[in-house]
Amino acid sequence: MATAAAHQAARTQAAHATSDATGTASGQEPGTAAYQTAFDTAVAAEERIEPRDWMPDAYRATLVRQIAQHAHSEIIGMQPEANWITRAPSLRRKAILMAKVQDEAGHGLYLYSAAETLGTGRDELLDKLHSGRQKYSSIFNYPTLTWADVGAIGWLVDGAAITNQVPLCRCSYGPYARAMVRICKEESFHQRQGYELLLALSRGTEAQHAMAQDAVDRWWWPSLMMFGPPDDESSHSAQSMEWKIKRHSNDELRQRFVDICVPQAESLGLTLPDPDLVWNEERGQHDFGAIDWTEFWEVLKGNGPCNEQRITQRRQAHDEGAWVREAAAAHAAKHSEAKHSGGQDSGANGKATA
Amino acid sequence: MTTSLNPASSAGAVTAAAALALGDDALVLSHRLGEWAGHAPVLEEEVALANIALDLLGQARVLLSLVGDEDELAYLREERAFRNVQLVEQPNGDFAHTIARQLYFSTYQRLLYGRLAGTDGPLAGLAAKAVKEVAYHQDHAEQWTVRLGDGTAESHDRMQRACDALWRHTGEMFQPVDGIDIDWPEMEASWTSSVSAVLERATLTVPEGPRTGAWSAGAGRQGLHTEPFGRMLAEMQHLHRSHPGASW
Repeated sequence: MATAAAHQAARTQAAHATSDATGTASGQEPGTAAYQTAFDTAVAAEERIEPRDWMPDAYRATLVRQIAQHAHSEIIGMQPEANWITRAPSLRRKAILMAKVQDEAGHGLYLYSAAETLGTGRDELLDKLHSGRQKYSSIFNYPTLTWADVGAIGWLVDGAAITNQVPLCRCSYGPYARAMVRICKEESFHQRQGYELLLALSRGTEAQHAMAQDAVDRWWWPSLMMFGPPDDESSHSAQSMEWKIKRHSNDELRQRFVDICVPQAESLGLTLPDPDLVWNEERGQHDFGAIDWTEFWEVLKGNGPCNEQRITQRRQAHDEGAWVREAAAAHAAKHSEAKHSGGQDSGANGKATA
Repeated sequence: MTTSLNPASSAGAVTAAAALALGDDALVLSHRLGEWAGHAPVLEEEVALANIALDLLGQARVLLSLVGDEDELAYLREERAFRNVQLVEQPNGDFAHTIARQLYFSTYQRLLYGRLAGTDGPLAGLAAKAVKEVAYHQDHAEQWTVRLGDGTAESHDRMQRACDALWRHTGEMFQPVDGIDIDWPEMEASWTSSVSAVLERATLTVPEGPRTGAWSAGAGRQGLHTEPFGRMLAEMQHLHRSHPGASW
């Protein structure tokens, strides 16, 4: 924001919002307070904040954190599913799974691009992921032990992700909201495929049915944890809701997800592993049992079943690929030098390792 | 194992033999590329390698379905019954090995499908669609061959080693396949000139050494494979074989 361009953009935004929203006389030099007012007005009016607009430092920081974590989750989330690509039991299922894992890499790319509009870089974000300074969704620290886990991830994990993410399509930050529109379309497709996979197992042989039930038993509670801590322990929630980054509280979304899943589990012919799960006529919603928050915080701290494995594989892929990225950069630099040779003294030299 | 390769007419049998050879090539290479998921050097390559793997799997499914049930053929045949060339079963190795394998094989596939698309045989329709996909695969492999060959000293060495290591498996691609009526020596000449031109642009040396002979080349089409292949099949087939008769 210290740059001249950002300052200019802020002024434009402030002037724009002032004349639009409040109709006060333009032409005066707005100070930070005016920028802030313009920003608040735009957010209140459900206008989208765009990359060149002025925004509070804390808003920018929150978005970078959230979008980066979201991107990291897509990338780490490839691992538990890719674990089954080479063992998929039919060619049709193998094709579906490959396409899904490819989509996730694509989602990661959209989201890193969205984060980059906030003035950060993909390399920097990956570095933070690799060094543990930025997190990814805790759900991906659970292992995929059977083929049915691929279905449970599609149905429950993608289902929870969609419940969380659909409201983000209306998020106040434009690039994030637009990325979410594309991502949510593909995610709902994945979710239906996961459901359909479980249905085939549930209606299959006894062994297949048991495999499906076991997977749902293991993924149900971790999926509920995807909505984050309970409202009274969620530190960022209030501010994010005020900024219209977030639209509903963690507990609201979790409740919505439970209410969606119960009838789906019934039509799947599978049970959910919660003896306290019961319809509450008065509330018009399901009551459900207590979440093991100790487990949640342990996984978040890095002590889940696969935290170490996931980050090690990610780092390894990155480190082992370093020579490839260096080669591409060196080749690009040579190529651009060659193109410019004979002409002006280009600035391409020394960029080989940039 | 109820798979039958025996369409009643001999013309059908010949087509089945050809479809099985090309289908196995695509199936096996797709599987190898699927092993890259989550391990690629850069995100864009996660997308690209998965995309190529998916194209190949799509080709395999169409081709195997011409022969019989795609899943029976993929999951219930043993090593000695597979007809793919040895090149596609070679382990991924480093990124350069994967790219060298892609360069050699996608060039072959593009030339082959290009020729098949021009015939009026039973594989012409499939070939006409697939040739568009493999043109993209070839482009991807060529670009990376040039980037790595003409990149850093390390990438140059790795790319040269990979090209050298896989060279012995390239001759087998030009053994005539029953049911595919093309001029194989002419296709081999086109392949050699295409690959040589790319290697030259990449500042690499065209490898020397044997490209024929049962163990160095040529035997995959007869069901004689290399050691890593059995292990690959064990992983691929394990779940399907553990639940006989189940649907997925």
